[in-house]
Amino acid sequence: MMRFKGKVAHKFAESPLLQMRLPLWRSRLMALLILGSFGVLIVRAFYLQTLNTDFLQEKGDSRYRRDIEISASRGRIADRHGDVLAISTPMKSIWAIPPATTLTPVQTRQLAALLETDVKQLTHKLATDKTFVFLRRQIPPAVAEQVAALKLPGIGQDKEYRRFYPTGEMTAHMVGFTGVDDKGLEGVELAFHGQLLGQPGSRSVLKDRRGQIVEDVGSIKPPQDGQDINLALDSKIQYLAYSHLKQAVADNNAKAGGVVVLDVRTGEIVALANWPTYNPNNREGLSGSQLRNRAVTDTFEPGSTLKPFTIALGLESGKVRSETIINCAPGRLTIGNATIADAHPHGALTVAEVIQKSSNVGAAKIAAMLPSQKMWQMFDDVGFGQVPRLGFPGEVSGRVRPWKSWRPIEQATMAYGHGISVSLIQLARAYTVFARDGDLAPLSLTRIESSTPAGAVVFSAKTAREVRAMLELAVLPGGTAPKAQIPGYRVAGKTGTAHKLEGGRYANKYVSSFVGFAPASDPRLIVAVMIDEPSAGKHYGGDVAAPVFASVMASSLRTLGIAPDVPLVVAQTPKASLAKAKL
Amino acid sequence: MVRLNVFLLLAVVICSLGVVTSQHKARKVFQALEAEQDRARQLEVEFGQLQLELSTWGTAPRIEKIAREKLKMHAPEAARVITATQGGGLPR
Repeated sequence: MMRFKGKVAHKFAESPLLQMRLPLWRSRLMALLILGSFGVLIVRAFYLQTLNTDFLQEKGDSRYRRDIEISASRGRIADRHGDVLAISTPMKSIWAIPPATTLTPVQTRQLAALLETDVKQLTHKLATDKTFVFLRRQIPPAVAEQVAALKLPGIGQDKEYRRFYPTGEMTAHMVGFTGVDDKGLEGVELAFHGQLLGQPGSRSVLKDRRGQIVEDVGSIKPPQDGQDINLALDSKIQYLAYSHLKQAVADNNAKAGGVVVLDVRTGEIVALANWPTYNPNNREGLSGSQLRNRAVTDTFEPGSTLKPFTIALGLESGKVRSETIINCAPGRLTIGNATIADAHPHGALTVAEVIQKSSNVGAAKIAAMLPSQKMWQMFDDVGFGQVPRLGFPGEVSGRVRPWKSWRPIEQATMAYGHGISVSLIQLARAYTVFARDGDLAPLSLTRIESSTPAGAVVFSAKTAREVRAMLELAVLPGGTAPKAQIPGYRVAGKTGTAHKLEGGRYANKYVSSFVGFAPASDPRLIVAVMIDEPSAGKHYGGDVAAPVFASVMASSLRTLGIAPDVPLVVAQTPKASLAKAKL
Repeated sequence: MVRLNVFLLLAVVICSLGVVTSQHKARKVFQALEAEQDRARQLEVEFGQLQLELSTWGTAPRIEKIAREKLKMHAPEAARVITATQGGGLPR
């Protein structure tokens, strides 16, 4: 070594060590090893990329890929003019995972204040060992944002929808309502649930570190919003019907009531109101009596409002004509061991007068001329005893017993509407046979764009017109319902006053009703009114229900701009009335 | 040979930068689209809320109350109603 250090004989590059040649096998071995490990890597890569892709794919997806549900909103319910009756708007629900929630007292107070709950109640809710609790549902999105801004651990929120009913109690029975989970529970919400319901969509996305969506992956399933439903209902007429009904129920100290307004030409239900009602936006402490859609779900013995049908059948079968004399004296008729009596005894009446004066005896005598099977068939044809099939919950068929079991007395009482039960909507619909030319209009909850759908023909046009003329007499002086008159319009209609059945016996309680249509020269609207148990002194249909009919009909005709069909004396001298108006 | 390699290398670098920028741009545009779609949803929600508000303000009871109490309006008597018909005359 010293020798090398002492005198450098040659340069490094010429070092004899480097001059030595390595054995060839060594370099070959190394090359082979390196090549081999490359091979292993390639095989592994091939395995991961093509044979066993799921594992890595899943790992990647779980880091970046998210499946998002796109919510769909429930359809709106609007009236015939497009005014909204029911609409969903997004709200937030605040939930907590109690084990993960650790709040300072200050935070708890803040949260309680935002959620408008008691601090004690909130701490109680958070102290449970459940893994998930709703702290508050359906709060406005603005409040939810404030909650989110607190950045509380273990507290989260979800989007949900809340249904609002701007017209409230006015249209409650018609529109119905939904439950918290957007399921239709009553009324149109239930009847049209399938159409109103939306189908939520979904999409898969890639999210970056900040939670922003950067890319769509895979296919997008677009959400399908629920269909909007346009009802035949006219909000204005509905309001008129509702407010007049409410007033009448209060004035007569009645238990309940209902009004149905139908469009004669289309069979559309323009208004349907019941009392008592409820506010669908706040359904706390709701009772069954408020909830009941009486016009559809409750049947009653209609009384004299059924007489026109008996008479029409008499006319149709040729047994009587409108001027045929029926002897109604002495106001009583005994069949078997039962006696039928008139409220006011009459002498000899023409068939038209039987309607005008509403004589039970007269109707019973006409019914006696008719075969019971034909009478039953007629009741069936006008829809009594059949479910109206509107889709409303609890629709009833009413009761019409099979004709084979009718006794003579029963046929006689059915002639004037006892021993048979119908719902108000059935009654209103049945009157379309008189308001139209003898055919029964199919009912519709939704707006009908096209013109008159034809109904099943029950009576001939001639019979329908004759009965119409008789019904006009009933509201004229000398009839049972002069209070149903409307200035400027010809009105046709029939009163009904029926004793209520209680435990199989007729009690001293009444159901007063009135069904009529106007203008009688070319009927446009049918209004049916039913007041249950009026107890403020008056109980005749002509005193209780007829005024409601008149006010609802008068204001509805004005709202629809239907021309009067009676020339008013004053209207012919407009100058005089204008001069008066200026005073 | 060396020059070709350098050229190819350059080409690869340029291409990959292009991919990066276009990817970036795509994401930017996608985010803008996302934001607009969000806004559209927001506006739809707002439309619904405004419709609700419109219906609430425009309910018949409220209109009648204001008409009667504030504006002192009332329904005309039948005698003071004149119906205009298309012919210009009064109804028969």
